[in-house]
Amino acid sequence: MPQAEPLPSRSAATDPRPLVDAHGLSIALGGRTILDHVDMTVSGGEIVTVIGPNGAGKSTLVKILLGLLKPDAGSVGRAPGLTVGYVPQRFPLENLVPLTVERLVTMTVRASRAAVTAALEETGIPHLRDADAAGLSGGEFQRALIARALLRDPDLLVLDEPVQGVDFTGETKLYRLIGEIRDRRGCGVVLISHDLHVVMAESDRVICLNGHVCCEGVPETIRTDPEFMRLFGPAAARHLAIYPHAHDHDHGHDHEHDHGERAAS
Amino acid sequence: MWTEPFFLRAMAAGLGLALIAGPLGCFIVWRRMAYFGDTLAHSSLLGVALGLLAGIDLTLGVIACAVVLALSLVALQSRRMLASDTLLGILSHSALAFGLIAASLLTTVRFDLMSYLFGDILAVTREDIAWIYGGGALALALLAALWRPLLALTVHDELARAEGVPDAPVRLGFMLLIAFVIAIAMKIVGILLITAMLIIPAAAARRFARTPEAMAAIAAVIGMIAVLGGLAMSADLDTPSGPSIVAAAAVLCLIALLVPKRAPRTGRL
Repeated sequence: MPQAEPLPSRSAATDPRPLVDAHGLSIALGGRTILDHVDMTVSGGEIVTVIGPNGAGKSTLVKILLGLLKPDAGSVGRAPGLTVGYVPQRFPLENLVPLTVERLVTMTVRASRAAVTAALEETGIPHLRDADAAGLSGGEFQRALIARALLRDPDLLVLDEPVQGVDFTGETKLYRLIGEIRDRRGCGVVLISHDLHVVMAESDRVICLNGHVCCEGVPETIRTDPEFMRLFGPAAARHLAIYPHAHDHDHGHDHEHDHGERAAS
Repeated sequence: MWTEPFFLRAMAAGLGLALIAGPLGCFIVWRRMAYFGDTLAHSSLLGVALGLLAGIDLTLGVIACAVVLALSLVALQSRRMLASDTLLGILSHSALAFGLIAASLLTTVRFDLMSYLFGDILAVTREDIAWIYGGGALALALLAALWRPLLALTVHDELARAEGVPDAPVRLGFMLLIAFVIAIAMKIVGILLITAMLIIPAAAARRFARTPEAMAAIAAVIGMIAVLGGLAMSADLDTPSGPSIVAAAAVLCLIALLVPKRAPRTGRL
């Protein structure tokens, strides 16, 4: 796959403040408490995976982080000038609007043909630029949506269930692509997944959500966390598979993020 | 027949309507708002009756009534007490019922109910044509201005909003457009058949278009052919003109759906 030139990352190196800093998020929808005092921070160059069962409030959390929903309590701090690229969970593929892939990815940005091709090359589907978007496979469609997010040159990439409707090999490749994008661009990544058995190995932190933050840590340790065991059962913990690293890399920090530290930051 | 002034006026009015109904109808089809269009159309009878009672311009009465209905629908939807289609069903038929009652109370004014329900294109006046072309040009200009954000919101509402597309003004502008086009279409095909002029040409155009703009243009052309075909049928067979136009559109749509599909150009390797 052709590699694009690395883009200078906005803040990872120069700005110690997190891209997004959410504190005490609570929200009730239709009388039901969806989120209860949820804290979450994401820094540049960091991949944060949020896992949790259906109805855990993952997509609600994403909508609050994106500013689409207002929380009943709590606050979301965003780095000044933050650009977010969003890949939504459900995309109606049977949508009747006739669109080529190029049109789909330039829906809300004006981009040159060269820029579109570069973004599609980065996600591995440059040959589909003029294809009918409705005819794409699940994996191809997700790659088109990621290209759309990349065209905005985001500081933060938010992906809600990006491997939904993608077969197993496609899943591995998509996770690898997301890791490569982070490495190349140095952007922060928030990855939402309901698949408790699989957590991307590139994740720097895993947040286990079930209305509240149950536990949080590096992927290798999350499965032995008693809270994780209690919530999802020992079977889930035993079967939690960590995707192998596609390549060796060092992010230059040691994955120590305890609750006290986050509250202070 | 074809050169009679009233027939030329009918053609001018019908072609003008098809020109604006095609592009707007595409959005009705894409956004799955056929029932919403029906609801606004049914409210226009009430608008006519209230307009006659209040002594204001009937087109303005219809637009005002449709806008009030659209806004109350948005308000009711946000409360989530009832499913959207149930709400639409309630508003649609109660608007029609109240309109019929209001019309029956109009004893002082001559009120030809049938011409409002089914249209009377052969009776359009020069003033009507001025409304259609003046207003239609304005409506097309507004639609062109809204095109990019409205299309982005139509394809994926949340994604577009997350990318900074302002949804409230765009949605409001779109509703005003529908209300306006319904007001001018009422004269031509009648309240009960307005939605057909919006959705049938657009549905027929879908298979032949690879871009949204192409679909809008093809829908406008199909609508214009339907107007000419319907008027010809009306003239030859002495059938009611509004239903004849809709019937012609339906036949065109059927043909469009039955034409063998070209091999899809997916651009895949």
